[in-house]
Amino acid sequence: MSYFFQLVVSGIVVGSIYALSALGFVLIYKSSRVLNIAHGQIIAAGAFITYALTVMVGIPIYLAFLMSMVITFFLAMSVERIFLRRLIGEPIISVIMVTIGLMSILDGLIYLTPFGTENFSFPAFLPVTPISLFGVSISWTQMVGVIVTFAMIGGFSWFFKKSTLGISMRAVSDDQLASMSIGISVPRVFGLAWAMAGLSAAAAGGIIGNITGINFDTLHAFGIIVFPVVILGGLDSILGAVVAGIIMGLIQQFASGYLDGSWGLNGTGEVMPYIILLVILLFKPHGLFGIHEIERV
Amino acid sequence: MTHLIVSEVTLTFGGLNALTGVNIAIEPGLITSIIGPNGAGKTSLLNCVSGFYHPTLGEIRYGKYNLTHASPHRISTMGIARAFQNLELFRGLSVLDNLLLARHKHLNYSIFHAIIYFGKASRIEAENRAYVEKVIDFMELEPYRKKMVGNLSYGVQKRVEVARALTLAPQLLLLDEPMAGMNIEEKEDIVRFILDLKKEWGMTVVLVEHDLGVVMDISDRIYVLDFGVLIGWGKPEEVATNPKVIDAYIGEE
Repeated sequence: MSYFFQLVVSGIVVGSIYALSALGFVLIYKSSRVLNIAHGQIIAAGAFITYALTVMVGIPIYLAFLMSMVITFFLAMSVERIFLRRLIGEPIISVIMVTIGLMSILDGLIYLTPFGTENFSFPAFLPVTPISLFGVSISWTQMVGVIVTFAMIGGFSWFFKKSTLGISMRAVSDDQLASMSIGISVPRVFGLAWAMAGLSAAAAGGIIGNITGINFDTLHAFGIIVFPVVILGGLDSILGAVVAGIIMGLIQQFASGYLDGSWGLNGTGEVMPYIILLVILLFKPHGLFGIHEIERV
Repeated sequence: MTHLIVSEVTLTFGGLNALTGVNIAIEPGLITSIIGPNGAGKTSLLNCVSGFYHPTLGEIRYGKYNLTHASPHRISTMGIARAFQNLELFRGLSVLDNLLLARHKHLNYSIFHAIIYFGKASRIEAENRAYVEKVIDFMELEPYRKKMVGNLSYGVQKRVEVARALTLAPQLLLLDEPMAGMNIEEKEDIVRFILDLKKEWGMTVVLVEHDLGVVMDISDRIYVLDFGVLIGWGKPEEVATNPKVIDAYIGEE
């Protein structure tokens, strides 16, 4: 039984990180209907900036973590301003091509730095002995990661429910024309959505880097796992991203925990999420929390 | 009292001229209608005024403001509001919330006041709510106050659309086919609202409408567009006898 709970706990840990990675992707899609293919690169950049600030510059790690969030906030905002602002109103396929181009450019830039090929790891700043409760153990880095993730998701939910800016972002995602006509600046909202996506990506990057070590391949793989998560959650729902992220994490842990090794199976954790995803999409094609677009003519 | 002056406005999409050298002067306190056959450029003209399109040539001025290159969200703060031809409402919100959302520019209290809430913040919220209630009263939307907009009938949704424009407290109201797809009674209601807006609220109304009967009855001034060119203007009786206008509507032999 404790093995089961151990899998549940690690599933939630992994899943909440998926959720945080997916959050930025959902923010951008929700407000501007842009699929940001380069999201994984922004996550990676967030981790690298945190590392560079704390190890190379010598800033305390918590401060470095916050600073990297601020830096990617402005980085993502300028990406929107420079590349995507002029694409407002263009066909969605052009916009997607631009974010693919963006991904290649960021890849290229990252490979120019040592981060592209080498492995780094954060200096240990948390106790090494894991926390044990009822036979379930969880490491401090995972624990802190989960707490930060839920705090951020809570913060974003509050922002969207209560703040004027958050409500105007929701208004824009609902109806752009109507939003403009009541005095909301749509370009400003798009910029802000990217900025906040950058911020959450940096947070995700920092947490992943802390748990798995800083390796470009691992980090940008999170930009790919984001796709099944958001499709399952329903592309434009923050709650959906959280729930789907955790479901993905649990499926992955259960699959590799119970299936691997029996009947000669291996690596089921990699495949199982996609199989379940296909099955769920058969019954709920808009994802778990996606909006059904009903057209009345 | 502010005049809206559209001078020599040309709007080009690729090689197609949607508007060609259009001159219009909207006088304050009057109901001005813009009519014309389908594709004449009526909505394009409204889009230019409300900032959704920017004229290729020419200039649009509203009092001291130059609207030629202003963005829609700026224009909505200059006392110009617009209701759309196709419904552009927040369908998942109640009527009340749709209208309150349009007051967000008036929520000018700081975060400190928001935290304390009592005092300035609660007063401003109450003022906004009072204004919204006044609009709801005027547009006779009381029975639907808490209903979700997406579930209301088309005619009521059109009224919410107009109400939301009113909630911005504009001096100039642009209405794009507010009566399209309505039955006689619903049309009569809207006509009454428009006349009351002029008389009681002293509002300037610009109306794009296909129902010529209504237009002739309630307009003080009429502008007629055909293929993006202004072919006639003046008081209703002048326009009705203008041979070019008759040609455009009835066609030549």
